[in-house]
Amino acid sequence: MNRSSKILRYVGKRLLQGIPIILAIVVMNFLLLNMAEGDAVDVLAGEAGSATPEYMAEMRAKFGLDQPLPVQLAVYLKNVISLDLGYSFRHDMPVTKLIVDRFWPTLLLMVSTITLAVSFGILLGVFAAVNLNTWKDALISVFALITYATPLFWVGLMMIILFSIKNDWFPTSGMENIGAFYEGFDRVKDIAHHLVLPTITLSLFYLALYTRMMRASMLEQYGQDYVVTARAKGLTERRITFVHVLRNALLPVVTMVGVQVGALIGGSVIVESVFAWPGLGMLAFESLFARDLNLLLGIFLLSSALVVVVNLIVDVIYCFLDPRIEVN
Amino acid sequence: MNDFWKRFSRNRSAVLGFMILMLVVFIASIASFIYPDDPFSLAGKPMSEPGQNGFLLGSDSLGRDVASGIAHGAKTSLLIGLIATLAAVFIGVIFGALAGYYGGRTDNILMRITEVFQTIPSFVFAILLVAILKPSINSIVIAITVVSWPGVARLVRGEFLALKNREFVQACHTLGMSDRRIMLAEILPNCLSPIIVIGSLMVATAILIESGLAFLGLGDPNIMSWGFQIGAGRTMLRSAWWICTFPGIAILITVLAINLVGEGLNDALNPRLRERN
Amino acid sequence: MTDKLLTISNLDITLPEGSERALAVENLSVDLAPGETLCIVGESGSGKSLTARALMGLLPAPHVRVSQGVIDFCGEDLTKVTERRLREIRGSEISMVFQEPMTALNPVMTVGSQIDEIFRFHADMSAQQRRQRAIELLADVQLPDPKQIVSAYPHELSGGQRQRAMIAMALALEPKILIADEPTTALDVTTQAQILKLISDMQAVHKTAVLFITHDFGVVADIADRVAVMQYGRVVETGSVDKVLNHPEHPYTQALIASVPSLTPRPPRARSEDIVLETKDLQKTFGGGKSFFGFGQPNRIVHAVKDVTVELRRGETLGIVGESGSGKSTLARCIIRLLDSDSGKIMIGNVDLRTLNRAEMRPWRAKIQMVFQDPFASLNPRIKVGQIIAQGPIIQGASREEAEARARELLGIVGLDERAFNRFPHEFSGGQRQRIGIARALALNPEILVADEPVSALDVSIQAQILKLLDEIRERMNLSMLFITHDLRVAAQVCDRLAVMRYGEIVETGATGEIFDAPQHSYTRDLLAAVPGQNWDRQTNV
Repeated sequence: MNRSSKILRYVGKRLLQGIPIILAIVVMNFLLLNMAEGDAVDVLAGEAGSATPEYMAEMRAKFGLDQPLPVQLAVYLKNVISLDLGYSFRHDMPVTKLIVDRFWPTLLLMVSTITLAVSFGILLGVFAAVNLNTWKDALISVFALITYATPLFWVGLMMIILFSIKNDWFPTSGMENIGAFYEGFDRVKDIAHHLVLPTITLSLFYLALYTRMMRASMLEQYGQDYVVTARAKGLTERRITFVHVLRNALLPVVTMVGVQVGALIGGSVIVESVFAWPGLGMLAFESLFARDLNLLLGIFLLSSALVVVVNLIVDVIYCFLDPRIEVN
Repeated sequence: MNDFWKRFSRNRSAVLGFMILMLVVFIASIASFIYPDDPFSLAGKPMSEPGQNGFLLGSDSLGRDVASGIAHGAKTSLLIGLIATLAAVFIGVIFGALAGYYGGRTDNILMRITEVFQTIPSFVFAILLVAILKPSINSIVIAITVVSWPGVARLVRGEFLALKNREFVQACHTLGMSDRRIMLAEILPNCLSPIIVIGSLMVATAILIESGLAFLGLGDPNIMSWGFQIGAGRTMLRSAWWICTFPGIAILITVLAINLVGEGLNDALNPRLRERN
Repeated sequence: MTDKLLTISNLDITLPEGSERALAVENLSVDLAPGETLCIVGESGSGKSLTARALMGLLPAPHVRVSQGVIDFCGEDLTKVTERRLREIRGSEISMVFQEPMTALNPVMTVGSQIDEIFRFHADMSAQQRRQRAIELLADVQLPDPKQIVSAYPHELSGGQRQRAMIAMALALEPKILIADEPTTALDVTTQAQILKLISDMQAVHKTAVLFITHDFGVVADIADRVAVMQYGRVVETGSVDKVLNHPEHPYTQALIASVPSLTPRPPRARSEDIVLETKDLQKTFGGGKSFFGFGQPNRIVHAVKDVTVELRRGETLGIVGESGSGKSTLARCIIRLLDSDSGKIMIGNVDLRTLNRAEMRPWRAKIQMVFQDPFASLNPRIKVGQIIAQGPIIQGASREEAEARARELLGIVGLDERAFNRFPHEFSGGQRQRIGIARALALNPEILVADEPVSALDVSIQAQILKLLDEIRERMNLSMLFITHDLRVAAQVCDRLAVMRYGEIVETGATGEIFDAPQHSYTRDLLAAVPGQNWDRQTNV
């Protein structure tokens, strides 16, 4: 069997392994929902102002909330499988539709963040390792240390003070200038303009993380035996660094990208709420205040699924980078 | 111990971090003496700039003293960071030790559970937990613990997995030693160093999570915290930059100091790693 | 002298401050003629490997460096030349083969591309030519199917194959000097014999001078023309292989050579009738389990121990010999119940240990004890030596005072000072730690001692001392011993009987002398034939 069909089988297997994880998260979701004080009917009743106990019992029966827990769980599972995540009474819309609408802005923000953080992180890390113990290395390390310790929301606010309030370079909030009705390329430009500050804010922490990891990984690889072999062959330090060490040093960093996706989603909740970026994070922030638990749980479920998928993608990329991985 | 301090102090930034951290601890412990009033109470003219009207770091729109908030917030941050980390380390060590030591089916089940918790986007999960349990210092500690322990479990499992096949552990088996004693008295002391290191770094992460939660309005409404101050001040960003800026610097400095100490501990406790750098 | 390729004179290599000694290598002078093989032999820490690295300018700068002396290579002083010139020389005029074939190759590059680099940096050849040449080289070092191996990754080759690939790489540009730094130490004895033969064959074809670093006098006897013996960074003796091995002058050389166990088995002893331990059809497999959710195919099953039947009589030492992966260590661990075996019997008297559960096994632990291989991994670094030894008796029900008194007594028996009691293991050398390990095993007054490669991590002089200690203890306590080893020289000196293992099976058992004189199984014959330095042994013993 050749390698690519092996990898295909591996992907299948990993997808199968992802299912129990998702399932466990769904069950946990359900339990959390039940742990919360008051159910959907209470919320509805609260909205309406007053409701008779009879009416509430009727509503409970309608939503199946009077059934025993296992039955409710089975119904919930069935609903989730058919992509029905319930109804957001606050937005008066099915949760699934709300989430799908808000998914794309978040994806855009995450892709641009990962691209920026990974590419610059690797670059800075390699640069620091090559210039080990010089002022360049020290400067990068200090920069990484500080950004690594800064809360995201604060960076965002400081960015706004610096680049929006003091200098009117970038917009403070939103994804596009709705009133301007831009179309085509102008719209792309407008969105990109809005994207700059949230992306930089969200990527700084991960940039620091990847820089530190890449530097450490490079230094570790420099100490390996094969580097001595390469030197003994008369190779230049340049080739040793960029051909031998770099490829090996990249491997743990690639794994880390997968691991960090979950944290990135958490970060996007904060960044989106700071910059009013109309994505899932912002939606989560809104639902938090509206006590719209159904919606919050839906977002939670989707983001978990996203992590599973991204991890799978990263694993497949890893297979291509590291020949030692036996994919069967 | 002397030896340890010598190795630790060789890393100058770690010593600096330690001194800053001690300063933060000091401020937290004397907060009630220098600012005996409730940090939520009106202390003077609202929106005073730093240095004005007797406010060292200014006041916010409700006339609350930013400096007092920072001093009292230090207590909150350190306390939550420490307690949540201790709890997470406790759970993580138990999970990791059992999984790594027994292997096989036990390992499989425990690690699947850990994997689920690791897959979940941790900050979103923390938000969810606090939202459901109602914001309070307890629910915040629980949420941070729940999202932090898997890292420890993985680390401890790895250590136990490696150490259980060491010959000194096998020798204990040949002497007929009980599993519990092997785990607690033989293996665990040998993986304390990495646990201490990861624990110290986790305190920093916990402080960041706590501030994030408080910023989103999920802090304990009765307890002052840095994240709450920033969240409350963000609407006044245009007119009163100081409300957000100073608590942020407090978080930055504290987290930085803890990270530096953590790295220093790592260098001092794992001397092998240091030689490479 | 003009006929010398390489002349090292008065070389000093300094170690970083705070090291055990200031100079790793002190006032070293050796030379190498074209086509000659010079062996630098010494124990660990003698500075032999650093000398080799210094030649290539590969010392771990800036901490370790050449502080004095001249390395004259064809009229150039390698300690003075530019880094650029050094790079030209490396790989093309002087090349090197390392000890660890597992880590010396880049894991994410194919073997072919790693050979290719040498041509790219040192020769002017087209990509087509380079590939062609790489395949030829792999064929030269007798790798099977070189066309396939050229695009294989290192992890797809066995240890021996990797070492062949390393040699192909080193000889790619027909260097004047090949430095081989313990190139066979990590390999099994039969593979070692093949690699040694390959090196000398290639040397004959290419007229390469070889600087061979080793700790093994058997290897020296087989391949060296001249020998330099190193101790604590100094060369204590140089000369022709015959002179150094057969008529050593320096007391250190004499002591080292005297420590090398002879291949002539020791005289047989009377065999007791009393069987203290026997296994019957013991089986142990690994793997074969399914993943947690039952997806995919079951893992591959490895039959580590297969139908093993052995018996150990009172006072006798039974050697289990074999190469790595033969299952000898697994067998030992099954017998001592560190591993659960699948089927068969482990009998002590009328009791089958295999069927006992943990609690039932506990009292039997005192009867059968183990000495481990790695003196560094076998003692808990966080527990004091006295406690390590006293632990066993305490678990078995002795009072703390009794156990500690016994521990102190044992320290004396294994030749350690009583002050060792309150120290931590890291304060002791490898040989001393092994003594502590032996004391721990003896603390329970066992009848049977299972020794798993107890001397293979030790230098030859320490090895001799530990073997002597084991022998004394066996006499004194009337121990029966199961001695696991890969080293037939050690086996010849220690064991009354041998069981030869391969692929989990015992292929041959018998008295040591009989097996050495008339091996029945072809594998035993191969093993014996591969032991380095046999001719030297015959010379010295005649």
